[in-house]
Amino acid sequence: MKHILSILLENEAGALSRVVGLFSARGYNIDSLTVSTTEDPTLSRMTIVTHGSDDVIEQITKQLNKLIEVVKVIDLNESEHIERELMLIKVRATGKEREEMKRMADIFRGRIIDVTEKTYTIELTGTTEKLGAFIEAIDRAVILETVRTGASGIGRGERILKI
Amino acid sequence: MQISGAEILVRSLQEEGAEYIFGYPGGAVLEIYDAIFRQNQFKHVLVRHEQAAIHAADAYSRSSDKVGIALVTSGPGATNAVTGIATAYMDSIPLVVISGQVATPAIGMDAFQEVDMVGITRPCVKHNFLVKDIKDLAETIKKAFYIAKTGRPGPVVVDIPKDVTQALAEFAYPDSVHIRSYLPVTRGHPGQIKKAVGLLMGAKRPYIYVGGGAVQGGAAAEVTELVRSLGLPCTNTLMGLGAYPGSDPQFLGMLGMHGTYEANMAMQNCDVLIAIGARFDDRVISVPEHFLSSPKKIVHIDVDPSSIAKRVKVDVPIVGDVKHVLKEMLELIRASGERPDAAALADWWQQIEAWRSRDCLLYKPSSEFIKPQSVVQALYEITGGNAIVTSDVGQHQMWAAQYYKFDRPKQWLNSGGLGTMGFGLPAAMGAQLANPDATVACITGEGSIQMNIQELSTCKQYHTPVKVISLNNRYLGMVRQWQEFFYGTRYSESYMDALPDFVKIAEAYGHVGMKIESPADVEPALREAFSAKLKERLVFMDFRTDQSENVFPMIRNGKGLDQMDLPPHMREDDAPPANRDYGNLC
Repeated sequence: MKHILSILLENEAGALSRVVGLFSARGYNIDSLTVSTTEDPTLSRMTIVTHGSDDVIEQITKQLNKLIEVVKVIDLNESEHIERELMLIKVRATGKEREEMKRMADIFRGRIIDVTEKTYTIELTGTTEKLGAFIEAIDRAVILETVRTGASGIGRGERILKI
Repeated sequence: MQISGAEILVRSLQEEGAEYIFGYPGGAVLEIYDAIFRQNQFKHVLVRHEQAAIHAADAYSRSSDKVGIALVTSGPGATNAVTGIATAYMDSIPLVVISGQVATPAIGMDAFQEVDMVGITRPCVKHNFLVKDIKDLAETIKKAFYIAKTGRPGPVVVDIPKDVTQALAEFAYPDSVHIRSYLPVTRGHPGQIKKAVGLLMGAKRPYIYVGGGAVQGGAAAEVTELVRSLGLPCTNTLMGLGAYPGSDPQFLGMLGMHGTYEANMAMQNCDVLIAIGARFDDRVISVPEHFLSSPKKIVHIDVDPSSIAKRVKVDVPIVGDVKHVLKEMLELIRASGERPDAAALADWWQQIEAWRSRDCLLYKPSSEFIKPQSVVQALYEITGGNAIVTSDVGQHQMWAAQYYKFDRPKQWLNSGGLGTMGFGLPAAMGAQLANPDATVACITGEGSIQMNIQELSTCKQYHTPVKVISLNNRYLGMVRQWQEFFYGTRYSESYMDALPDFVKIAEAYGHVGMKIESPADVEPALREAFSAKLKERLVFMDFRTDQSENVFPMIRNGKGLDQMDLPPHMREDDAPPANRDYGNLC
């Protein structure tokens, strides 16, 4: 089952590679990983999307907590949460397809952020599933390039991850 | 006053109470070695290979309550240290390893003797640091020691670029250190502890299973009190030997792949298991599914939450320092005055004694060939069970664990987790320096000893009169045993031809060498080696042992604890396995 782990860690050189190294050394899966500093420059916030049985997820959480630089780990799936991913997708947009592509971007609440005679670059945010659905909805042949950030997650309501 | 980074490092090590550091100089650490030259508070031990520096520092720690310290140069010095670091990591030994690094502007330039030490050691350290600014140096050393020895202990590497050792700064050593992201738990959850005691009191077939965590956690006294006060049976893992006295009748011997029949049968058949600082690893319980196929309730006490529910789901997990948790359990037990059902416990002991009476460690004596087991038994007798014993890895390691009864914790030092050949001799050296008055014996084999035999030279330089007991069967014995059992006696590359004359080697290094070829000479030779006359000398004893001897009992891969391969006298038909053929043994 898919899990979104939210990790608060020291913003130090090498901290990211410890996390990534842990996943590869112990054979855990990473579906996506995003990381950046927070409002507190000494801390980074990381979102890892992974999958595995409950036992595996429990081990991953424990192993992450064992890393000296990891301050806190939560499994967002344990309660309600919001998940967003950003995708930039460059598509061929000529002739009849040009109008169709614009319409499709509107339906998915995407924005066209770069235009040439032959292409559109569309910015789309949403859950991983929504971005996937967009790719499924358009003709594969027109996709020139796809860039996805991987999911970021946050707890819904008053639930927060802080020191 | 400003002092150099090298001096800051040396002063910091002094503040940490360093007595010995083990190391090897080189370009990147010359500044540090110069600072060491100009101090006399701690001694430096010059090893002959960096791997040995780490093993020696590791055993110095294993045999004392101190953190081991090693110092190596950049590049090859650092990579040579990696096997030692991984060894300490797998066995949770507190070490601080200082490695030199090329100067900060040269990092990433493929400079001479540059290697990414922090990157290379990341998977086999508890933590590591690259000190880029001299202002961070003292605090980093403080943190390194704190991290190494608290929580689940482990090795910490501090990589220091040469220019940082040369830079100048004021020195102030912090009194304490707080790391907001590292807060090891000590006390167990009171509710869980209560539940554990409740389970134990309701047990009909209780069993205490003790691992290296009890040795490292200093909980031997508490383990012993728990086991004795309730009259329970107890087993130790390879790493836990000595946590409960090996010569005590309530001790069933080591368990696991080469554990005793009674220890393994009790492990499979108990109904309440208390695991103390042990981790249910593959060499101990083999297949988790089979282990759990006999229903049992499990209490697991460990300082590391990730050790709990890793291979086996347990009923009562208790995260905490084993010593603290056991103390609280003992208090609860005392206060309640309860005891497990006496009649049931008596039945359980009767079953255990029936298993024990099969005498699984019995072997056929020989007047022709030296039985390796008999050498360990004679060593036990002659040293009065008091020696600190180190071992290498292989058959001799298992025989040492089976036949030497360790009554004290920190008396038995071996590479249990990583299984590092070459550990024994440098470990004996480190243990002797930590315990100058102790008798230290290294039980080894002709394969393992050659992996770090150069340390005979270090032993000479530092007068560490350890006794090397080499069980020389001309084979990589454990490999040979597996090839006999599982590979149709095709002894691929497990025979060592052209072995050196170990007596001459010992003598060439300035030590005493002995070659023992007859069973009748085993005891007299050991008596001589451990006599007052040779007390100050390193004695290398080359025992020519029976080549065909195997370690029993044995649990094959994929088999359960109660499905052991038993020694010949315990097999129903008493017939040797079909593929047992010594035709091509030399």
